[in-house]
Amino acid sequence: MDTINDFISKFSEQFEMTDPSEFTPETHFKDLEDWDSLVALSIIGMVHNTYNVKLIGGDIRSAITVNDVYNMVVSKI
Amino acid sequence: MNAYIKAISYYVPETIVSNADIVKDFPDWSEQKISVKIGIKQRYISKELTAGDMAERAANKLFEEYNIDRSTIDTIILCTQSPDHFLPTTACILQDKLNLPTNIAAFDFNLGCSGFVYGLGIAKGLITAGIAKNILFLTSESYNKYIHPKDRGNRALFSDAAAATLISTNGILNINDFVFGTDGKGAKNLIVENGCSRHPDKSGIEIDPENEVLQSPDYLYMNGSEIFNFTLEAVPLLTEQVLARNSLKQEDVDLFIFHQANKHMLKFIRQAISIPEEKFYMCLEDFGNTISSTIPIAIYHALKNKDIKSGNTIMIAGFGVGYSWGGVVLNFI
Repeated sequence: MDTINDFISKFSEQFEMTDPSEFTPETHFKDLEDWDSLVALSIIGMVHNTYNVKLIGGDIRSAITVNDVYNMVVSKI
Repeated sequence: MNAYIKAISYYVPETIVSNADIVKDFPDWSEQKISVKIGIKQRYISKELTAGDMAERAANKLFEEYNIDRSTIDTIILCTQSPDHFLPTTACILQDKLNLPTNIAAFDFNLGCSGFVYGLGIAKGLITAGIAKNILFLTSESYNKYIHPKDRGNRALFSDAAAATLISTNGILNINDFVFGTDGKGAKNLIVENGCSRHPDKSGIEIDPENEVLQSPDYLYMNGSEIFNFTLEAVPLLTEQVLARNSLKQEDVDLFIFHQANKHMLKFIRQAISIPEEKFYMCLEDFGNTISSTIPIAIYHALKNKDIKSGNTIMIAGFGVGYSWGGVVLNFI
């Protein structure tokens, strides 16, 4: 499994406007200006293709920080 | 005996919905965002036309474009999930409207995005068994009649259209070996729940995003994240199985023509299978997701643009509502 920093780098690529350097484990990603349902699907797709882990809409809905998503992925590997 | 695709035509209705039209109704979206992310610049709405009307027009275009003698058709197969009536079968009505002989077989089958591949499978079976010689295979959907006007996501994606494919004992694309799949557990994730026999009464619930009402059992419902996960699991495996069934390696395939769901999903599917971009056909921008007609429309344009050359090997795959999926290899003669 990737470190949190590797994960953040892949996570941030799914956002088109926000600069990757702005992301930290504590970033409330759903408050970012370019957050929407398509970015949510991109994260699901990235996690599926990179870690072979299935996130569902509810997982994303319950997560607040990038670290929350990372922990979910780690727990499902 | 082999079965071949001999000719393809398609019909799109007159009414175009541009991204500017969508943004007018949903001001917090931008035209650029729809076009860049979903990969669709315009889609078509059938309005007063039914799926049967569009299928009729597509069939007439096919007959005219390729100068086909109607009396040679011995079977009509229509793939639709938006039939004109509960009964009779729309394909029977089309026999009459298209002035086809009465000594022909006609039937509908109900599948969505996998429908084109299934139709080729049925047609190949009828031809290789010696039951039919010239099959008019129609795909036609008017999903927009099922979509609530305030359902932004589905309105941006789905487009109404019909395609007509002639499948025969000779032709240009040889139909090789199939793989099919089904998982009914996914039924609830892409569904129009009310209005048919299980739940005949409408709930009256209207989609109202401002008050957080994002779905209604009276209209088309799609669980985007579930469908996305399904395709990322099913399509790479399907591709592997279709290649194995046809004794091919991935590099033997010249062009992959997959159901044109949306750009976003196709990008992740392509990455999951590691198909180079130049071998992964895109035909989405000007048509939208026309359900069972995306693959024939894409093949039509790949042929017209000479993106398919003599001797090429093509893999097609359809996947979606059901869940249902299927793939096959075509050889351009």
